[in-house]
Amino acid sequence: MGLGLRQGVLEIRQFLRSREQVMFTLAFPAILILVFGSIFSGEIGNGVKFTQYFVTGMIATGLMTAGFQALAIQIPQERDRGVLKRLLGTPMPRWVYFAGKVLMVAFIAVLETVILLTVATLLFDLDLPDTGAKWLTFLWVSALGITACTLCGVAFSSLARTGRSAPAVVTPVALILQFISGVFFVFTSLPGWMQNVASLFPLKWMCQGLRAVFLPESFGPREPGGSYDLPMVALVLSVWCLVALVLCLTTFRWTTKRDG
Amino acid sequence: MEATAIEVNGLRKLYGGTAAVDGLDLTVRSGEIFALLGPNGAGKTTTVEILEGYRRRDGGQVSVLGVDPAVVHGRGTRTDPAVRRWRERVGIVLQGTGEFDELTVGEVVTHFARFYPAPDDPATVIDRVGLSAKARARTHTLSGGQKRRLDVALGIIGRPELLFLDEPTTGFDPEARREFWALIRDLARGGTTIVLTTHYLEEAETLADRVGVITAGRLIAVDTPRELGNRASALATVSWRTPEGVWERAQSATPTALVADLAARFGGEVPGLTVTRPTLEDIYLDMIGAAA
Repeated sequence: MGLGLRQGVLEIRQFLRSREQVMFTLAFPAILILVFGSIFSGEIGNGVKFTQYFVTGMIATGLMTAGFQALAIQIPQERDRGVLKRLLGTPMPRWVYFAGKVLMVAFIAVLETVILLTVATLLFDLDLPDTGAKWLTFLWVSALGITACTLCGVAFSSLARTGRSAPAVVTPVALILQFISGVFFVFTSLPGWMQNVASLFPLKWMCQGLRAVFLPESFGPREPGGSYDLPMVALVLSVWCLVALVLCLTTFRWTTKRDG
Repeated sequence: MEATAIEVNGLRKLYGGTAAVDGLDLTVRSGEIFALLGPNGAGKTTTVEILEGYRRRDGGQVSVLGVDPAVVHGRGTRTDPAVRRWRERVGIVLQGTGEFDELTVGEVVTHFARFYPAPDDPATVIDRVGLSAKARARTHTLSGGQKRRLDVALGIIGRPELLFLDEPTTGFDPEARREFWALIRDLARGGTTIVLTTHYLEEAETLADRVGVITAGRLIAVDTPRELGNRASALATVSWRTPEGVWERAQSATPTALVADLAARFGGEVPGLTVTRPTLEDIYLDMIGAAA
């Protein structure tokens, strides 16, 4: 157990020491909310500001970037550099590597969400959840969402054949999901078929779960299903966790194709 | 400790139907320094990576420290304590290196030490590979040779019984290479069995107790560097300068007699006299030339 923790500390240390990565990863959602909050300064109705809606998409995007995008790019690069091969040749139990990644992702996710909420509260009068129940929902939706994203990131890491091609494989997937899942636009304003496609993937459900936290109860009926439908959010995200976990266990590659 | 560290019989490895390793036999004794020589593509790295447990084989028997490395590929062995114990006894220095860009030398070595039950002291190991001055430097600031030393440090931090070194001194300057050789001899004196592959014949000659030559997936010769390919009994070349200033060369099985004869003829010193046997490189190039 101590070894996994140590691995996590090293991963976080490596992250914190690469200044560009820190800047982009941590500040990105906050910058997005600055942009969107400034463009759409109006209300979506009943005195609820646009920011209140956008912040849910930005939190979800942040979680997806930290879990899915970061790992799906970083792991193939480490595989190319031979880091994975080297670790494989030591007695280090294999789970330690993943424990390190999970701790790093959790660290980044928490930090970037706190920064985002701070910026949104200070500059755009974001209303934070006002009941314990909403904070609890916030917690489990985020935890389940980041777990699904992390597992998907690890599973996806086997798809890119080289570290150099990884960003090209991963970025479009992330970007398209953001557009169709209601991150940049109000979800219900999207064409029906697009909503249906988005419903197959975790990001839409993460956004929806977070809307239950940041939007008033009275907005529930505006959701495509007529309510925030938190049980469905939990179910879909859990299924994704399970599917991705199976993919991780069956397809994860420690060495490149070249290494046989 | 077993008398043999590595025992290989009839090892085969196919890539897309062609045999990269084709019936290779090999024995490495405990405590020796064994050098594997061979041209690129002869099957050296494939063989070594099968021994290290990185690649599966298609045929033959392999035993490394009494364990078949294929066990690491078995189902459910990811957490098998036997696999872990075997990994603890084997140190590996790969050809390509995985870097830990933003970490320091000290951090990486200290972290790897935690993987092993009875590791060496990180500071001592860093000193041993000559990186003390760089202990606090981020690994991406190291030169090629320094990175290689870090690789070696990570290979020996667990105090392995058996150490694999795949082309360890590529990119070293001559001085660094000599320091590295001293380190390897030192490890061998401490009882570590060492298997290295190299392109430097001089390295094999200075370091190895025995060398093996691989061509086309087979081990075609094994001997001490002095005896390889009947080198010790090969014809010697004697050369000298005649009083007319012309260089003469003669091949002889009895060079001592020839030199005595020359000495008598010149009535003392023979001008420009040299007596040479074929170098390891001559013998090696002959061997792989004949095999190809």
